[in-house]
Amino acid sequence: MNPRSSLILREVCRLVIPAVMLFALYVQFHGEYGPGGGFQAGVIFAAAVILYALVYGRQKAQRILPTETVRYFIAAGVLLYAGVGVATMLLGGNFLDYNVLLQGHQQAQHLGIFLIELGVGVTVGAVMIAIFYTLDEFCE
Amino acid sequence: MLAHLPALQVVIPLISAPACVLVTRANWAWLLATAVSIISFVIALLLVHEVSEHGVLSYHLGGWRPPLGIEYRIDHLSAYLLTIVAATASITMIAARESIKQEIPPEKASLFFSAYLLCLTGLLGIIASGDAFNIFVFLEISSLSSYVLIAMGRDRRALTAAYQYLIMGTIGATFILIGVGLLYMLTGTLNIQDLQQRIPAIVDSRTLHAAFAFLTAGISLKIALFPLHLWLPNAYAHAPSMITVFLSATATKVSVYVLLRFFFDLFPQEISLQQFHLGKILLPLSIIAILTASFVAIFQENIKRMLAYSSVAQIGYMTLAIGLGSADGTIAGMVYLFNHAIIKGGLFLAMACVLLRIGSVQLEDFAGLGRRMPWTMAAVVLLGLGLIGIPFTAGFVSKWYVLSAAIEQGHWLAAIVVVGGSLLTVLYIWKIIEHAYFKTPVSATRQSQVILEAPRQMLLPLWLLVAGSFYFGLDTSFSLGFASTAVQALFH
Repeated sequence: MNPRSSLILREVCRLVIPAVMLFALYVQFHGEYGPGGGFQAGVIFAAAVILYALVYGRQKAQRILPTETVRYFIAAGVLLYAGVGVATMLLGGNFLDYNVLLQGHQQAQHLGIFLIELGVGVTVGAVMIAIFYTLDEFCE
Repeated sequence: MLAHLPALQVVIPLISAPACVLVTRANWAWLLATAVSIISFVIALLLVHEVSEHGVLSYHLGGWRPPLGIEYRIDHLSAYLLTIVAATASITMIAARESIKQEIPPEKASLFFSAYLLCLTGLLGIIASGDAFNIFVFLEISSLSSYVLIAMGRDRRALTAAYQYLIMGTIGATFILIGVGLLYMLTGTLNIQDLQQRIPAIVDSRTLHAAFAFLTAGISLKIALFPLHLWLPNAYAHAPSMITVFLSATATKVSVYVLLRFFFDLFPQEISLQQFHLGKILLPLSIIAILTASFVAIFQENIKRMLAYSSVAQIGYMTLAIGLGSADGTIAGMVYLFNHAIIKGGLFLAMACVLLRIGSVQLEDFAGLGRRMPWTMAAVVLLGLGLIGIPFTAGFVSKWYVLSAAIEQGHWLAAIVVVGGSLLTVLYIWKIIEHAYFKTPVSATRQSQVILEAPRQMLLPLWLLVAGSFYFGLDTSFSLGFASTAVQALFH
């Protein structure tokens, strides 16, 4: 635990962090109806983890989200995005042509955008966390 | 599946890059990177075949029709460049294993190969894409990953070199983005074919002039055209050997392609040449580049740096040929680009062999290398002849066409510089040969007499390039023939 963080800071963060994470998920999954999307959601989610690491110490954050796992998430997001593209190709469409994913035109576009935005969110969030970890380790 | 080739060319390396992160074993990551490079090469060859059979291929990403959607457009010019990049990638990766093992810590190897695959994705994407903004995005993908790759060099100077490149490269990319942004503001489109249709109507607009200027400065930085070449020598000298091989044969070449694509296709070439006087910018700068960079190369003690300066001079030849503004000049530039990728890639590969065995590429350490690494040094001599432009080598063909294009345009100064540059090349190549064959090592111990030839896995690709340098000196049906078709399409 970071010895410099005060009791008030710790307790407030205990309340705030779940809310921030929930908001990140809202921005992620509601991106097609309101402002937001994968990039913003990833950044907000990473902000929650970074806040946790700042207040409770990086080591504690890394116990929950080890650097290795973060690295896998970085790769997984891109793979999901490109994987959707490859899936559409295998289903007979062009790269990232969502229309072949489902029967209805709108549902298909919806699903495609949902999946690639999820990929964006995962990679962006993981990259933000990885940058924070690296800088913090470097400063020690 | 053939219809998907333009997308697969970019998608396969793109999807393998994150997959490479998941593979933690260095050897497996190398195997994946090599396999992907070879697959890309096969796809590039299939595209060459498709383009020669059926003409321009257009692939609509996401099923959205251009100009609204992003279009991948493979014409002769793209297919030509794709072949060069993918072939270089395959040869580099086949040879890379030992060298990477020595220069890159094993725990970072999979990340290294992942960055390499991203760089390959970016370079192939720039060539395949027919959308100005998409080209910028791929330019950034390839640049950002090459900064990382250069920074992984074995000594700390690699970091400053990568930082220098990062700053200069980012300025260049920003200028290109501003240029593309202004074009978008003027025309409301980003598709290159669509832009080409719309630009003649607004040619008097001052915004268009600004866009042209920004694009010229940005692309010149990426090409490393004199005087914007300062990032290149350090980056090439301190990068991991294999990355130098790869980048020297691809990165600046792809930037030359961007120059052609933007100023001979996006801007109709009559407008670039007659109204914006592209030739008047390119010719003097190229002439200075050839002379000064060749001159500076003579005084370099680090051979990788020497060859890097030589690259700046060679880039000068390409831009000189393009700046002549005739179809023949541009064809000469393309042939030069092709042949130089083979020759310089080979020379840097030979330096990778030397670095692997001797641990240094300083000139004084070359003493006696002719006896210790006979095959590598013989390759250096033969490739050096190609660089100078001795008849029967690929280098001769390319210099000959640049020379005849210059004379045809009545540009005698350019013609003299082309020949003069070759003489300067003789001087620095001779310095390497002199040290390798006619000097005895200072500490003539028994140990420094042992034969230390590079592993076969590196020698075979090296000699493949040597063979290429002679083959394309005699049979120019692909290098010249395909380039002529490509350029004639630009000049209508």
